[in-house]
Amino acid sequence: MSSDVRAAARPARRGPDGPRPASGARGPARPGGPSLGARLRRVPLLVWVFLLLPLAVELFWVFWPAANSFSLSLTRWDGISPAEPVGLQNFTDLAEDPIFRTALTNNALWVLGFGVLSVVGGLALAVALNKPGRGVGFYRSAIYLPMVVSMAVTGLFWRVMYQPGGPVNAGLEAVGLGSLQRQWLADPDVALAAILVAAVWRQVGYIMVLYLAGLKGCDATLEEAAAVDGASAWQRFWHIVMPQLRGVNTVVFAVTVIDSLRTFDIVWAMTRGGPYNTTQLLSTYMFQQAFTSGNLGYASAIAVVIFVLAIGFIITYLARQARAEEQS
Amino acid sequence: MTATTLAPGSAATPPLRRPRRARSPWLHVVMVPLTLLWLSPVAYVGLIAFRSFDDIAARGLAALPASFTLDGFATAFSGGGLVRALGNSITVTACAVLASLLLSSWAAYSLSRFAIPGRKTILLAMLAGNLLPPQILLVPVARISESLGIADTLFALVAVQVGFGIGFYTFVLHGFMRGLPEELFEAARLDGAGAGRIYLRIVLPLSRPAMAALAALATTWIFNDLIWALTVLRSESKFPITAALLNLMGGYSSAWNVIAAASLVAAVPTAVVFFLFQKQFVSGLLVGSNK
Repeated sequence: MSSDVRAAARPARRGPDGPRPASGARGPARPGGPSLGARLRRVPLLVWVFLLLPLAVELFWVFWPAANSFSLSLTRWDGISPAEPVGLQNFTDLAEDPIFRTALTNNALWVLGFGVLSVVGGLALAVALNKPGRGVGFYRSAIYLPMVVSMAVTGLFWRVMYQPGGPVNAGLEAVGLGSLQRQWLADPDVALAAILVAAVWRQVGYIMVLYLAGLKGCDATLEEAAAVDGASAWQRFWHIVMPQLRGVNTVVFAVTVIDSLRTFDIVWAMTRGGPYNTTQLLSTYMFQQAFTSGNLGYASAIAVVIFVLAIGFIITYLARQARAEEQS
Repeated sequence: MTATTLAPGSAATPPLRRPRRARSPWLHVVMVPLTLLWLSPVAYVGLIAFRSFDDIAARGLAALPASFTLDGFATAFSGGGLVRALGNSITVTACAVLASLLLSSWAAYSLSRFAIPGRKTILLAMLAGNLLPPQILLVPVARISESLGIADTLFALVAVQVGFGIGFYTFVLHGFMRGLPEELFEAARLDGAGAGRIYLRIVLPLSRPAMAALAALATTWIFNDLIWALTVLRSESKFPITAALLNLMGGYSSAWNVIAAASLVAAVPTAVVFFLFQKQFVSGLLVGSNK
C-alpha cells in the first residue's frame, strides 16, 4: 500500500502549516489555501481510486445512457436494423399522437392529484400526530406501513379491492352508496382516479415523515407566544408554523413532482395503461413503445420529454441541497 | 411527562393537564377509524389469501371467510415459481445493497475528507444522476447490457441498481462523514495511519448509523423495484418477485386467493425489514430532506 508510505511522510510535511487548522480551517483544505498542484499531491493515490471507481460506475450506467437517449430520440430504430436518423420527426409525430396527448394530460392530472392529496393528507396527519401521546406511535406506524409495500404489490392489493364483487363495492353498498358501485379499473371515467387513490395510500406516510421532521425543527415558543396573544389554532398554523416549514415544502414539492413523472409500477400492475389507453402516463407509454412495440427511437423521444419536464424540479432540489451544504 | 414529576395536587398540575385532556378524545375519534381504513387493504388481502377458491367463487371477494386453507400459498409456491423469484430478489438485493454502500462510502470518504478539486460539483452531479427519471436510461441501458453480453442476467440488474443508486447514497454518507470530528483523523495520522487504514478503522465504524439507515432504505427500494427488472431481464426464471408476481397475475387471473397469497409473500420481506429497523428506516427517509 503506497498510501501508508505517503501517510508516514505526512506529519513531517504537516509541520510548517501546523497553525492552519487552528485558524478555523477545520477538515479538508478550503479553496484559497495551497495551490491546486499542492492540494492534488496531498490526496493519496488510494483516495483517487476510492473516488474514481464509483464515479466511473455511475458515469457508465447513468450519464452515458442518458446522453445516448438524446441521440436516439433523433432516430427511427427497431433495435435490429441500424438506427436511421430522422431529425426532429419523432417530436413532431408526438405532437400529433392522440395517445401521447392523453398521457401528457393524465400526467398533469396525476401530478396535481397525487401532489395535493398526499401533501394535504401527510401534513394534516403530521400536525395531528406531532405531539407524543397514547396510541400516536401506533397510528404513525399504521400510516407508514404501506410505504414498505412495493408499488407493484400495492397495485395488486388494490386490484383485489376494486374487483366487481370486492371490498370497495361492498363497502359502498354497506354505507348506502350502492349506486356508486362500478367496475373501477375497467371504467375509462374513473380508472385513473382509482389508481391515484392506491398511489396516495402509499405516499401519504412518506410525506408525513418529512413533515413530522419539519415540525420537530419548529420553534415551539413562537407558537406559545402567539397563543398567549390570542391567535387561534388556525392562525397559528398558517402564520407561525407554515413559514417555518418552507424548507420542507420545497423538498416535498420537488420530490412529489419528480416521483409523479417517474410513476410506472403501480399503473403497470393495475391497468397497463388501459382501458383504451385512458390511464396511460408518459412513463407507461414510453415503456410500451420501447419494449412492446419496439419503437426505440420514438420511445427515447418520450423519455426526452419526461426529462425536460423533470429537469426544472431536479434543479430546484439540487439548489436546495447545495445551499444546505454551504450552511452546515 | 412533566405532569407526573410534580407532586399530586400541586397548583401547577391542572393547567398542565387540561390541554392534554381536551386534545385527546378528538384525536382518537378521528384516528381510530382512519387507521382501520388505512390497514383495511392489507387486512382484506390477508383474509382472501387464506380462503379457498370455492369459498371465494361461491360467496364473493368481500364476504368474511368461511374457510381457512393454505391452498393459495401452496399453489403460488408450486405453480408460480415464487421460491425462485424470492431467491432472485434476495440475491439481487443483498449484492446491490452491499456493493452500493461499499462504493458510495469510498466516494463519500474521498469527497468529504480530502481536498479534491471541484468536489462539491462532483457531489451534486452524482446526486443529480440519481434524480434523473429512469425512463431516460431504459433503452440505452437495455442496449448496453446486450452489447456487454450480460443482458438477462442478475448481474446486469445489480450493476444498474448500483449505478443508479450510488449518487444518492454518496450524497447522504458525505453529509455524515463530513461531520466526524477532525481530531480523530489528526490523531490517527500522527500515529502513522494511511488513508486506507483510517477508512477501515475510523470512518467505517463511525458511519454505522448512517450506513444502517441507508441499508434499510436501499433494501426496500431494490427489493421493490420493477422497472429495472423488466428492462434488463427477459426470461421468467430470472425475474425477481415483483415481476414474477405480475406474470402470475396473468396465469391465475381469477384465482384471487393465489394472487393475494403471492402478494403477501412479496410484501413480507420488506415489512420485516421495516419492523426490525423502523428507526433507521425513518431516519433514512429523512436524509436528503434536511429541514
